[in-house]
Amino acid sequence: METYLYIALFSPLVGSLFAGLFGNSERKVFTGVVTSMLLGVSMISSLILLNYIFVTSDIIHVKLMDWIVIGNINIPYGFVVDHVSVVMMVVVTIVSTMVHIHSIGYMDHDRSFNRFFSYLSAFVFSMMVLVMSDNFLGLFIGWEGVGLCSWLLIGFWYHKKDQPTTKDIYNSPYSTLSPYSSISPSYAANEAFIMNRVADLGMLVGIFLIYWNIGSLQYDIVFDKIGELNSMTVVLIACTLFIGAMGKSAQFPFNTWLANAMEGPTPVSALIHAATMVTAGVYLIVRANEIFTVVPEVGYFIASLGAFVAFGAATMALVATNMKKIIAYSTLSQLGYMFVAGGLGAYWVALFHLATHAFFKSVLFLGAGNVMHATNDEINIKKMGGLYKHMKSTAIIMIIASVALSGIYPFAGFFSKDLILEVAFGTHSYILWTVLWITAGLTAFYSFRLIMYVFFGKENYDKEKVHPHETYAFVIASMAPLAILAMIAGFFKDSYVKLVTNTLPKLNIHVSPETVNILIAITSFIALGGIAFAVFVFIKKGGYFSDKLQNRFYFKTLANQYYMPHLIDKLINKPYLKLSKYCFKVIDSKIIDAIVDTIATTIYKGGENSRIMQTANLSTALKWMTFGLVAFIVFVVVYLNLIVRG
Amino acid sequence: MALILNDYLIVSTIIFIIGLVGVLRRKNLIMLFFATEIMLNAVNIALAAISKFHGDLTGQMFAFFIVAIAASEVAIGLGLLILWYKRYNTINLDSLQNMKG
Repeated sequence: METYLYIALFSPLVGSLFAGLFGNSERKVFTGVVTSMLLGVSMISSLILLNYIFVTSDIIHVKLMDWIVIGNINIPYGFVVDHVSVVMMVVVTIVSTMVHIHSIGYMDHDRSFNRFFSYLSAFVFSMMVLVMSDNFLGLFIGWEGVGLCSWLLIGFWYHKKDQPTTKDIYNSPYSTLSPYSSISPSYAANEAFIMNRVADLGMLVGIFLIYWNIGSLQYDIVFDKIGELNSMTVVLIACTLFIGAMGKSAQFPFNTWLANAMEGPTPVSALIHAATMVTAGVYLIVRANEIFTVVPEVGYFIASLGAFVAFGAATMALVATNMKKIIAYSTLSQLGYMFVAGGLGAYWVALFHLATHAFFKSVLFLGAGNVMHATNDEINIKKMGGLYKHMKSTAIIMIIASVALSGIYPFAGFFSKDLILEVAFGTHSYILWTVLWITAGLTAFYSFRLIMYVFFGKENYDKEKVHPHETYAFVIASMAPLAILAMIAGFFKDSYVKLVTNTLPKLNIHVSPETVNILIAITSFIALGGIAFAVFVFIKKGGYFSDKLQNRFYFKTLANQYYMPHLIDKLINKPYLKLSKYCFKVIDSKIIDAIVDTIATTIYKGGENSRIMQTANLSTALKWMTFGLVAFIVFVVVYLNLIVRG
Repeated sequence: MALILNDYLIVSTIIFIIGLVGVLRRKNLIMLFFATEIMLNAVNIALAAISKFHGDLTGQMFAFFIVAIAASEVAIGLGLLILWYKRYNTINLDSLQNMKG
C-alpha cells in the first residue's frame, strides 16, 4: 500500500517536471496529455487507498527520510494516509484530473500551454504534500507551495496591462459590474500572495507556539499532549492557526484576494480558487480538530465569522454581473458554511461539505470557462443570453451544479448544507442558523440569476463577432464525472460517516427526527423559493434590478464589494507606499547609504593619501619599514605593560 | 665585577642601532651590506649571550645558522651587485628605481 501512497504523491511532480522541460517551446499537446495521465494515475492510487482504508480501517504512515534533525528538533519527511486525508486526496485528485483534461481544451490557443500544465501539476503536488503530511511543518511547506502555484497561475497572463481606477461603476476594476476582475493579473497575483503571507505569519507563530510548548510537530504527539497545556496557550495556538486558515480560505478581512484571483485562467479558478486550495483552511481546522475541541470559545468565533462571511459574500454575488466573480463569491459563501460547521465542532460535516462543494463548484467554474470560450472571453452575464440552444451540454451541466449548490434534494449540496443547518440548530446557535438559512435562499437566487442571464432570454451578444459554439466533446466528457458526483455524492453519506468518524469526533447534537424533517422542509422551501423567484422574475421582466434600484446606495455598496478594495487601497496600500517612500528617502538614502559611502570614501581617500609613501626609492622604503617595526614594538611594549599587566 | 646578561644585551642593541642607522642613511649598496651584517651580528651576540646565561645550546646553534645564512646572502648580494655595476656603472641606491609604478 505504501507504493500507492508514493505514486499518488509523486506522479503530479513527475508530470510537472516533464511539462516544465518544454516550458519555453511552443504548444505541444502531449504535455497536457501526459500530465493528465499522470494525474489519472494519482487519482487511481488514491481511490485504491480509499478502498483499502475503508475496508481495513488501517492507517498508512510512512517516513520517507529525515528532514530536520538538529539538537532536539526531529522533523521527518513523514506522510500519513488516514481516514481524513484519504478523503481529501480523493477529492483533490478527481477534481484536478478533470480540470487537467478540461484545460487541454480551454488553453488550446494559448502560447504558454506547456508552462500552464507544469504549474497546474506542481500545484497538485503541493496540495498532496499539504494533505498527506504527518506534521505541521510538512503541512506548512505544502501550504506555501500551493500559495506559490496560485501566484504563478493567477498571474499567468502577466502581460495584460493595468486598468485605471475610475469612479464609473461599470468600468472600475473595483466593481463587480465592470468587465475587469481586478486591476491586472499581476496585481491580483501579488495581492493574493501578499495577503496570504500576512496570514501565514499567524500560522507560523502558531506552529512555533506548538513546538515551544509541546516539543514536537507530529500530529499524533501534539494531539496527545494538547490537553495538558493551560487553556490560554491553547487559545493562542488555535487563534494563530486560524489566522492562517483565514488567509488561505479568504475569510474576512483577508477576503478581497479571492475575487480578484478570478484574473487567472478559468480552469485555475475551478481547481485552486474553488475546489482545493481555498478549502485548505477548512482542512487545517478539521486536521487539528483536537486543538479546536479544547477551546470551544474560539470555535464559536470561527463559526460566527463563517456565518458573517457566508452572508456577506452571498449579498455581493446578488448584484454582480461579472460571471466569475458571482461564482467566486459563491465559493466564499460556501467556505463560510464550512467554517460554521468546523467551528461548531461538526468537523466531519465541514469535510463533507468541502467534498461535495469541490465537485459542484469546480464543474460550475468549468462550465463558465466553456461559456467564456464560446463568447470570445466575454465575462459580463448581461452580454450573453440565449446560449442554451448553442451549448446544451454545458447548460445542463451548469444547471445541475447550480441545483446542487442551492441544496435541492437529491443533489449533493442538499445533504451537506442541510447537515450544517442542522448542526447550527442542534447546538442552539439560532442566530447562525437564521443567517445561514437566509443565505441558502440568496444562494439559490444568485445561482439561477446567472443561469437565466447566460442561457436563456434575449441574445445580447454581438452577433456579428460572436458565434457561440459547444466546446470539444472530450472537454464535456471531463466535466461529466464531476457533474455526476455533484448529483450523487450525497448518497455516499453513510459510508463516508462510517469512514471518517474513525478519526473525527462524532456529532453530538440531539435534534428529534420531526424537527429535522421540519428543518429540511424550511430550508428546501427557501432554496426552491429562491430558484422560483429568479426564474419567474426573469421570465416576466427579463432582468432583476430596475434602473431606479441601481442608483440606490446599497446597490452601489454591494457592486463595489462593500468598498473593501477602496478601503484597502486607502488605508493600507497608499499609506504603505508613503511609508516606503519615506523610508527610501530618509532612512535608506540619508542614513544607510551615508554610512556605507563614508566607509568607502575613507578607505579610498586613505589609499590616495598614503600613495606618496611609495617613491620607488629603496632608502625611503627601508625608512618606512623601520618606522613600522619600531611602531609595532612600541605598541607591543605599551600593550603588554599598560593593558595586560595593568 | 662580573658581566651580567643585560650588559651583553645593551651592547647588542647599540650595535644593532648602529647597523640600522647605516641601513637608513647610507646610499652605497656595499655600505648597506655592511650595515646588514652589523645588524645580524648584533643579533648573534644577543643569542650567544642568552644561550650562555640560560645554559641552553639552542641559541648558539641559531647563531651559527645565522652566520651561514648571512655568508650566503652576502655572496648572492655581491653577485647581483657586480651585475648591476657592470650594466649601470654605479652602485648608488637611488639608481634602483626600475620598479617605479
